[in-house]
Amino acid sequence: MAKSAEELYEERLKRSLDAMQLKLPDTVPVIPIIQAFPMYYAGITIQESMEDISKAAEAWDKFLADFDPDMTQGPLLSLPAKVMERLDLRWFKWPGHGLPASKMYQYVEGEYMKADEYDEFVFDPTHFMLTKWLPRTLGALEGLSKLPLIRDAMWFGWFSIVGAFGLPEVREAFETLTDAAEELAKYNAACAAYVEKMKKMGFPSSYGGFSWAPFDLVGDTLRGSHGIMTDMFRRPDKLLKAIEKMIPISIEMGVGPAIASGIPLVWIWLHKGCAGFMSDEQFQKFYWPSLRALIMGCIEGGIIPVVYCEGDYTPRLEHIKDVPRGKVVYHFERIDMIKAKEALGGIACIMGGLPNSLLVLGTTEEVKEYCKWLIDTAGKDGGYIMASGALVDEAKPENLKTMFDFTHEYGYEVYT
Amino acid sequence: MAEDLVKALVDLSEEEALKIVQERLDAGDAPLKILDDARSAMTIIGDRFSEGEYFIPELVYSGEIMTEISEIIKPKLAKAPDFKRQGKVVIGTVAGDIHDIGKNIVVLMLDTHGFEVHDLGVDIAPEKFVETIREVKPEVVGLSGFLTLAYDAMKETIAAIKDAGLRDQVKIMIGGGQMDNRVREYVGADAYGPDAMAAVSLAKGWVGGK
Repeated sequence: MAKSAEELYEERLKRSLDAMQLKLPDTVPVIPIIQAFPMYYAGITIQESMEDISKAAEAWDKFLADFDPDMTQGPLLSLPAKVMERLDLRWFKWPGHGLPASKMYQYVEGEYMKADEYDEFVFDPTHFMLTKWLPRTLGALEGLSKLPLIRDAMWFGWFSIVGAFGLPEVREAFETLTDAAEELAKYNAACAAYVEKMKKMGFPSSYGGFSWAPFDLVGDTLRGSHGIMTDMFRRPDKLLKAIEKMIPISIEMGVGPAIASGIPLVWIWLHKGCAGFMSDEQFQKFYWPSLRALIMGCIEGGIIPVVYCEGDYTPRLEHIKDVPRGKVVYHFERIDMIKAKEALGGIACIMGGLPNSLLVLGTTEEVKEYCKWLIDTAGKDGGYIMASGALVDEAKPENLKTMFDFTHEYGYEVYT
Repeated sequence: MAEDLVKALVDLSEEEALKIVQERLDAGDAPLKILDDARSAMTIIGDRFSEGEYFIPELVYSGEIMTEISEIIKPKLAKAPDFKRQGKVVIGTVAGDIHDIGKNIVVLMLDTHGFEVHDLGVDIAPEKFVETIREVKPEVVGLSGFLTLAYDAMKETIAAIKDAGLRDQVKIMIGGGQMDNRVREYVGADAYGPDAMAAVSLAKGWVGGK
């Protein structure tokens, strides 16, 4: 007898959480990290999906009709192009805005916080974000740079805030924000609706909130890659102060939304801590302690941190294994999986490691072999979730299907 | 003095290195010699990267210090420095991909190791690669890509080079985030390199062979 969507939902949720918490699941869960694939699969362009989220949702319907992830995220990665366009977002190019209609959106390097702005950023991050970062990164909000020091509003200090609204550029910025908010509401509503829809179809949602390593919060969209790398040499103390300031911010970014959504997972996307991008000493000094604080903050908030380790994390294993047992998931893009299991077995759940190039260019036999190897290596006694190394855009559908089907079948064999 | 500059730069003592450059200029040292010493420091830094002692931040930082040194020296030169070049490389990130952190480091290391590098930038159409190869006649072509969308762009670029009758005249290497040997085979490149020093090694090997 076929299972009901409700039964499938509970089964998949339990399977996923069991693996994450190092309990033995009924089979190896598949939690793919899917980006543009449903659009290619449904035959629409990425541009279309970003300009009209209902098209993205339809593409996801087709995807979920043929594939059976144990958790997945729905169309939220079809970012709202009209909102980004309206606000003139500077650090992104996307299809229809600097890129062809079916090429994935990409980050544009820039320095949105200058080297000499550390002190003011740390002293009052809100003022910096409001009057410098927002105007610099969202061109249409240039007027916000005219806002006064809101922290000085006590007594009649608020006169200056009111006064600012007499400036045409400030008014314009707020009108633009109102327009953008209306457009964004459609995207937010569609994403929330899809979480509910997926539940009715039997699929748990794989995100409750997102966050980033405190180092990356300073490095990604504030200082930029060149900036953050040279800051480690030129102004290490200021950098460390800024990183420390980011710790509670990184926790609240992820945990609040996760609790509110009822989905106890925070996805933490790491960027600069991988092999090659810093030395072991730099990792220990600048990257890990604050990241660990974020991980602990999630755990203390009752949330499971799913830490996506972009790049190769093999040299970092000896540090990242220092976390409470059964509370953390590490998703690896590239890793020596044997060493990973040695370091993390019985401590944290391992996810990923399947090369995207295999999904794009390999044969179904090769995919099967690799999945088998991953499960044999990392999945003994549980604690492993199948996923590709990086977000899936291009992939041969039969390869992706093999990843799902073989993993579920073989995992069931191994765990019975 | 020469050793002082080399040591300061290799140790990434920015202030010290710039101070020595100025002192040497004031003392009447040949600007070209100072630049040369700085470049040999960069070679040592590249070696330390190969050996796993230095990483990308050291390359980026030393690259910046090197640029600062060049900015002090260049106005003092009677003519543009004419370093003996061991070969020419045309490099760029392929169509549809705008990532360049890795590529820029490759360019820095190739330049430091004596190659004449023509860096086309990012999101480069196959035709642009072909045009530049025709013009520059490099021994080596580097294709950079970060995402899986780069696979077909690289394949098309190499096909365009072949169609232009230029494939036999160049060796092609690929690198970047989602690239690997499987991709190398798919796109028809000669080699895949995991980092900047691998690129230098490959380029040297090919040029040396001529």
